[in-house]
Parts: sequence; C-alpha cells; structure tokens
Amino acid sequence: MNRYPLWKYLIIAVSLLLGLLYTLPNFFGESPAVQISPLRVNHQADTALLQQVEDSLKKANIQNDGLFLEEGSIKVRFVDTDTQIKAKDILQSSLGDDYMIALNLLPNSPQWLANLGALPMYLGLDLRGGVHFMLEVDMEGAISTALDRHSADIRAALREKRISYAGVERLGETLTIKFRDAESREQALSMLKSDYDDLQFREERAENRFQLIATIKQEALVQMQDSTVQQNITTLRNRVNELGVAEPIIQKAGADRVIVQLPGVQDTAKAKEILGRTATLEIRMVDEERDMDAAMRGQVPFGSELYEERGGGPVLVKKQVLLTGDRITDAQAGFTEDNQPAVHIRLDNNGAQIFKKLTRENVGRRMAILLIERNRTEVVTAPVIREEIGGGRVQISGSMTTLEARDVALLLRAGALAAPMDIIEERTVGPSLGADNIERGFNSTLYGFLAVAIFIIIYYMSFGMISVLALSMNLLLLVGLLSILQATLTLPGMAALALTVGMAIDANVLINERIRDELREGVSPQMAINAGYERATGTILDSNITTLIAGIALFAFGSGPVKGFAVVLCLGILTSVFTAVFVSRGMVNFMYGSRRKLETVPIGKIWIPETSRTKKKFNYAALAKPADKTVAAAQSAVEGVSGGAETHDEIGQSSVESAVTHTAAPDSAQSSEISLSDSDSQRVKTQAGKKATGGGRKSRKK
Amino acid sequence: MEFFRFNRDIPFMSWRRSAAVISIATFILSAFFLTTRGLNLGVDFTGGTVLEVSYGQAADLNQIRGVLTGLNMSDVTVQNFGTSRDVMIRLPVMPEYSSAQLSETVLEALRQADDTVEMRRVEFVGPQVGSELLENGALAILFVSLGIVAYLAVRFEWKFGVAGIIANLHDVIIILGFFAFFQWEFSLTVLAAVLAVLGYSVNESVVIFDRIRENFRKLRKVEVTTVIDNAITRTMARTIITHGSTQMVVIAMLLFGGEVLYYFALALTIGILFGIYSSIMVASPILLWLGVKREDLVRLEEKKPENDGAVV
Repeated sequence: MNRYPLWKYLIIAVSLLLGLLYTLPNFFGESPAVQISPLRVNHQADTALLQQVEDSLKKANIQNDGLFLEEGSIKVRFVDTDTQIKAKDILQSSLGDDYMIALNLLPNSPQWLANLGALPMYLGLDLRGGVHFMLEVDMEGAISTALDRHSADIRAALREKRISYAGVERLGETLTIKFRDAESREQALSMLKSDYDDLQFREERAENRFQLIATIKQEALVQMQDSTVQQNITTLRNRVNELGVAEPIIQKAGADRVIVQLPGVQDTAKAKEILGRTATLEIRMVDEERDMDAAMRGQVPFGSELYEERGGGPVLVKKQVLLTGDRITDAQAGFTEDNQPAVHIRLDNNGAQIFKKLTRENVGRRMAILLIERNRTEVVTAPVIREEIGGGRVQISGSMTTLEARDVALLLRAGALAAPMDIIEERTVGPSLGADNIERGFNSTLYGFLAVAIFIIIYYMSFGMISVLALSMNLLLLVGLLSILQATLTLPGMAALALTVGMAIDANVLINERIRDELREGVSPQMAINAGYERATGTILDSNITTLIAGIALFAFGSGPVKGFAVVLCLGILTSVFTAVFVSRGMVNFMYGSRRKLETVPIGKIWIPETSRTKKKFNYAALAKPADKTVAAAQSAVEGVSGGAETHDEIGQSSVESAVTHTAAPDSAQSSEISLSDSDSQRVKTQAGKKATGGGRKSRKK
Repeated sequence: MEFFRFNRDIPFMSWRRSAAVISIATFILSAFFLTTRGLNLGVDFTGGTVLEVSYGQAADLNQIRGVLTGLNMSDVTVQNFGTSRDVMIRLPVMPEYSSAQLSETVLEALRQADDTVEMRRVEFVGPQVGSELLENGALAILFVSLGIVAYLAVRFEWKFGVAGIIANLHDVIIILGFFAFFQWEFSLTVLAAVLAVLGYSVNESVVIFDRIRENFRKLRKVEVTTVIDNAITRTMARTIITHGSTQMVVIAMLLFGGEVLYYFALALTIGILFGIYSSIMVASPILLWLGVKREDLVRLEEKKPENDGAVV
C-alpha cells in the first residue's frame, strides 16, 4: 500500500539532485569584475585583446583573480571593488573609446557549474541597486515632425509640377492644402495620391476655397509608431553602451514605451543626461586643400575642423553644414550591383534636391557624415562623390565590410532619437539599500522557516520532521527553478519566497491532520497513512489552484515589483504541491512503507475524544448500503471523531443499543497511543465492521 | 501534542446571526473610512516623487524642510523612515521640473546643506502611470474574483463560488478599511499582499467546502447546519496550525523585512486573521443562506469511486 515503484523514487532523487545543482551557484556569491566589450564591429574580443588587457594590468601592478574570454567580451575578476575601479580606469585609458569598459559582478561558482548553465538567481534592481526608467515616446511630437516634413515636401512637389496652390497649413494632426480652383486641386490630388502612400486625402470646400485635407493613414501611424520606438531603442542602446553598464535591459513595453534598466549604475544624473540627450547628423564637405599635417600639429585652418573618423584617421572637415540628419528618412546596409557591401540612404524630397545640387558641384571630392552628440563629434564615414546623385537614394560603398556597413547604417538611422522621449517612471535604488534589502528578505525567510520548522517538528514529531524536509526541498527546488529560469528576483519576490514557506506547510498540515484523524478512528497505521495522503490530495489541489489563479492575475496585471512577487508565488505553488504530495509521501513510504509490523505512526501524541460522548454519536453506517459494509465502517470511523452533537440522538439510538453486544474492545486499543499492527489487517476489518454497527469508537478509551 | 480537543461539534452555525451583525458592522465601518478618509495612496498610484535619503547622524527634519522650502517646493512631506537617520521625502508631481531634474535638484540642495546625505532610493512615477497602475490593480482584483468563483463553481457548485468570494471580498474590504483608518501608505506591494490574501484565504474556504462535500456524501439524513458545523470543527486544528505557521513567517517579515515589507506583512496579518473568521463565519452562513443542499453535490458523488481509500 505505502510503497513507491522505483521510478517514483528516481524522480524524487533526480529532482533533488537538479535542485541542489542549480541552487548551488547562489552560495558562492559574486566577485567584482570588469567587462571589456568592443563597441565597433571591426574590433573583436580575441586572445590578442586578452593579452593586451593582461599586459596593461600587469604594467599598472594590479592583481587580478582570473581573466577570460566569454561571449564576445573579456571579463577580469578582482579581489575587491577598489582594485576593480582602479583597473577600470587604467583599462579605459589604455584601450580607448573603441571598447566599453563596464563594472560588473561575476558569480564565483566554479566553471563546471557555469558550463551546465547553473547560474545564480538574477537579482532585480531593488536588490542589487541601479536605475529603472520607463520612457514614453512623444508620438504627438513624432506626428507633427512627420507632417512638417510632408508639408515642405508637398510644397516643393507642387512647385515642381507647376500646380498653382494658395498655401499649405498644418492644423493639429491634419494638413490643409488650399487651391484657387477645382482643376488644380484635381491635378494635385492625382499627383499626391500616387506619391504619398502614407497620407489619405479628403476634398473640402470652404467658402470659395478648394481644399485638400491630408491626414496620416491609421496603418501608417501604427507603422510609424513601431519604427519610432524601435529606432529609439537602438539609439538608447548605443548610448547605454557608452555608460559602461554590464547587463543593461532595454526593451519595448506596450505600444509606445521603452523600459531601460541599468543595474549597478550609481551616477543617475549622468545616466539621465545621456539617455535624454539629442544627437544630430550633419553632412559637410571634407577640406582636402588645406594642410593636414599642420592641422594635426594644432594649426587647424580657419573655417575647418579636425575630427576623428570612425575606425580611421583624422579628417579635416569644413564648418559649413550642407545637409542635416533630419532629411535622412532611412538607412539600410546592403550590397551594390557588383556585390560590394554598401549603405543605402534615403533622403526626403527636400533633402534629395539639396543632395543633387551638392553632388553635382562636388564630383570627385569627399563628403563627410558627422554624428554630433553633446560635446562629441565624430565622422561616421567620409566617402568620395563619384557622380551626381538625384532622386534621394544615396549609396555609400567601397572599402567597408558587411559588418561595417551595418554599423554605419545603424548609426545613421539611430544617431538621433526618432521622436522625443519623456521619462514617465524612475526607480533608483542605491547600492547600500540593495544590500540591506537582500539581508531583509533573507532574514525574513530564514527566521520564518526556522520558526515553522521547530513548531511543526514539536507538533508532529517524525512526521513533522518529514514535513520540514519536504519544505526544505520545496525551497531548494524553488530557488533552483528561479536560477534556471533566470527570473528576476525582487524584494517582494523574496517576500513571496518566505510566504511560500508559510503557505506550503498547509499541505503538510492537511495531510498530517488527516492521518491523525484516521488513526483516531483506529485505522491501522499503514492504512491511515495511505488514506491521509489520498484524501488530503484533492483538498490540497483545490486550495492551491485558487491561489494560483490569484498569482496569474498578479503576473498579468502587475508591473515591476509585483510581477516579481507573482512569479515566485506561482512557481512556489507548483513546487509545494510537488514536494508536499509526492516527495513527502516518498519519504514516508521509504521509511515506513516496507515495515510489515508498523505498530505506531510517529505523528505525535494523539488525543482521542472521551467515550461518554461517543454514546450519543450518530451512526450512519446503518444507513449505508449493506453491500459495502467495510467501506461504510471505515468511513464511519473517519467521520466519528468529533461529530455527534446531541441532535443526532434520535437517529443514533437504535444502533447504540446493539453496540453493547457486538463491541469487544481489543486490549491493544486500550492504550492511549494507537497500536494496531498491519499484520492484523483481517482483524482490523472485522473490528471496524463491528465498531460500525456498534456506533463508533467505544473501544478507543484513553 | 494536540492543541484541539473537541468532544463535539462547535455550533458555529447557531452563531451566524451575531456573526452577520459583526460582519456587516465591520464592513460598513470599513466602507465608511474608505469613503471619508480614503486610502493614503502611495506614489505608485498618485504619481509624484519619493526620495529616501540616509544621513550620517540623526537627521534634522526641519532643516530638510527648510532646504525644500528654499527650492520653492511647498507641498512636501518629510518624515523619518525606519530609523532616525533615514528620511523619506515625498514630492507631488511638479510640472515645472522634469522628472529627471527634480530628484537631482533636491539631492544637490540637500548635499549642500549636509554632505553626509546619501541617496538610498528615488522613485518617480508619472501621473499617467499612476492611474494605470490603479486601474490594473482593480482589474486584477476583478479577474481574481471571477476566476475563483468560476473555479469553485466548476469544482463544487455555484453557491460555493459565491459564498467563497463574498467571504474573500469581505476580507479585502476590511484590509482596505484598516489602511484607510490608520492612513497607512497603500503601495503596489500592499496591493500585491491584498491579492495574495484573496488567493490565500480562499484556501481556507476550500478546505471547509471540501469537508462539507464529504459530509454531504456520508451523513445522509442530517441537517445542513450539522454538516457544516462538523466540517468546520474537524478542520479547526488544521486551520489554526496552518495559519499559525503562515503568521510566524509573516511575523518574521514584520520584524526583519524592513520598511518596504512592513505594510505588506501588516496587510497579510489582517488578511490571515479575518480570513479565518470569514471562511467560518461568513462563507458558511452564506452557503446556508443560499440554501445549499445535499442534491447540489450528488452529481459529483456519482463520479467518485465508492471506495474512498479506507479499505484494506
């Protein structure tokens, strides 16, 4: 009855092992480290760089605790944070701007664990310290910029086609194009309809004016919103790289929001400044007539400036701005006709005209595309103009790899934010508070667990011990699961961990109380254990599923800290059902299931109601079907414990009468401890039957 | 060891009228405080900025207030947070400052006044986010309630679903009533606790309902009140031990969890205490009042095998 097949024990053993394995990394702690990642595609984190890093550290006499190459970046461990910060400064100056040097924390767990994918839990910002921003794209701003651009384009197009118009005006989210007669409006409409897919037009007559009302189409708006947010994310990522954050999270949240999380960042002012700044792109001509060497020596000629080219040498650039970045509508990496990597740029109508003129006048010369962010200007690329380029489609190619082409395209696209962004939520947690929070969460769980464990062991003795073991395994599996899933652990998450301890014990209490119930009825120990587990399981499932419903709702509607709570709560329910029902049963079976002569169940001393009361007990066995008397008997035994209010007398009376003749109290049951042996099962059955007819546990005297 | 020695069923159901009076009274009181005082909503829901700073020595709150008045920030709350060295500053939404500037400006000013100040936490929530969070919280409560009613209706019967959820919402209203009366800060974490209570205290009802169903199946010709009294009495031991254990953990949280978990644990404590009361004295009487009868669960009985595990 209380035996598990081997495979069930195996499942328990394997889950215990996996739980241990994946919980293990959490015990090793973390050590300060510096992470070096290349920012440009033409630089790579390779053994040469590794050597370089090692050399510069050695030169500065800085001891490191290990230095290795992983996932495209180099990581160096240090003994303490002081050395870490010193090392960061040294590496920053020796490696330059092409690499991101970030402070990081690396798990101290041995390599073989990391190879198995066993990592410590991922701590949320409230535990490790850092900044959380939620930014919202100002779509109104984006729409008005788009409409402004369209209005300029439409004016130019109408002028070019020689269609007379009386004016173009932007009002809110619409453009009004005014004409003097219906004929030119007709002409304009057919032209504009074919040229502007994004816009929808409506004819309108106001007084004696003929008007066209243009609005942006709904699907174009959605697309615009998507690409705006996407572009902003790319831009933010570039900027965050510059901040030197080891594991930033930048993700889309909802239709027009972006979440930026920067773990470990202390200087929030700087973070905000970098995230919120504006960048511009400019196209200027390269100054090729002046003396480059003189400029290098510091004598920059009047009207020109000296800038670094991305991944190249210095370039002398004229100050006059020919075209600005807002004229660029798109930039994509691709290939030329002869399969050379290239960057394709699209300019808007106005930009195309300027660019056409510019290229016509400067064939054979170099132009420069500059990215200006705050005080820093760099030349993204400086191609030679081969011919006049019209139509607004520009292709830059030559001496670049596919990766570089992608890099440049990204920069051109993402150099500037597509639309302004507002910070609508900020949560900053200082590092000291983070450490305090870990301690608080840990202590709550620890002391809560200890209190529960001591109480349950005193109350339920050996079975309490088994419950506590199951509870520890529950915690182990939960922490292991959180580590495997790399779910973010927050302070409310730690609260949920503690709460899981308090709630998971419910399942064990239900089981143990049921077993006691059965024993109180004089059911044999093995039977009592079995019945206790069987009957409690349904209740456990019911009550946990309702909590799970709450957890899922929390996850679905919650944000940030609440989500962290919900994740742990839901996972905790799953592990606690598994450990309380399956694992603790396994332990019980393993310890007691094979004993043929189990005389007592070590579940603490059981109190048995006084016999005087049982006389008045209601007996329903008489009402049960005669066919399954044994069942009814056992059930009556179960029911009998504390039932029996006076109201039952009437029904119970007749069977109580007959009880006297049938019930003979076995000696073994006279003691206060239950001590029926399993080998007596035959006797138990008859005994139970007799008791049933006899109206209850007259024999169970204390 | 055994704490609970009931020789007979406790006649809970005969006390249901007094319980109804208590429940309705607490409910009305809670509703009264909720409408008159309202919840002291945290920055999560109202929008605004919270700064938590820590000083090297006991903080001088008046000096801090002075610094803030100097910045022309009037509607500001400055109070100690946990220890005398920790200070929490609450600022309303200020249109003249961008979110990014506000906290920096304040910190800079505080640093000039006293350079031992250390930033512990900054929370800024835009007004639109705040109202969204409030809306989502309400939606979550609605969703959980419907989910629980649906589950109980499928697993038991609709009367059980209704009784269970009324008992639970009773708990929620009382928790909110406490928060309104004492003007404790109602934050996102407290909302999480309220929802956890919603899921947790329904456990209590489910355990009793399970016994009621079992009793219906076995005690065939007995009055419904007796069936319910018996079910409650026999789950009493489990109720007290389980809730006692959960409460031990919650006490650990109250003691060691710090300020953030304090109100969370407080909400749980109220939820646990009233959860016990409501599943005994609210859910079951409602069940009785809705006219629950044996036939409601007969269909389920037929599905169950006759052998209920007690046979050798």
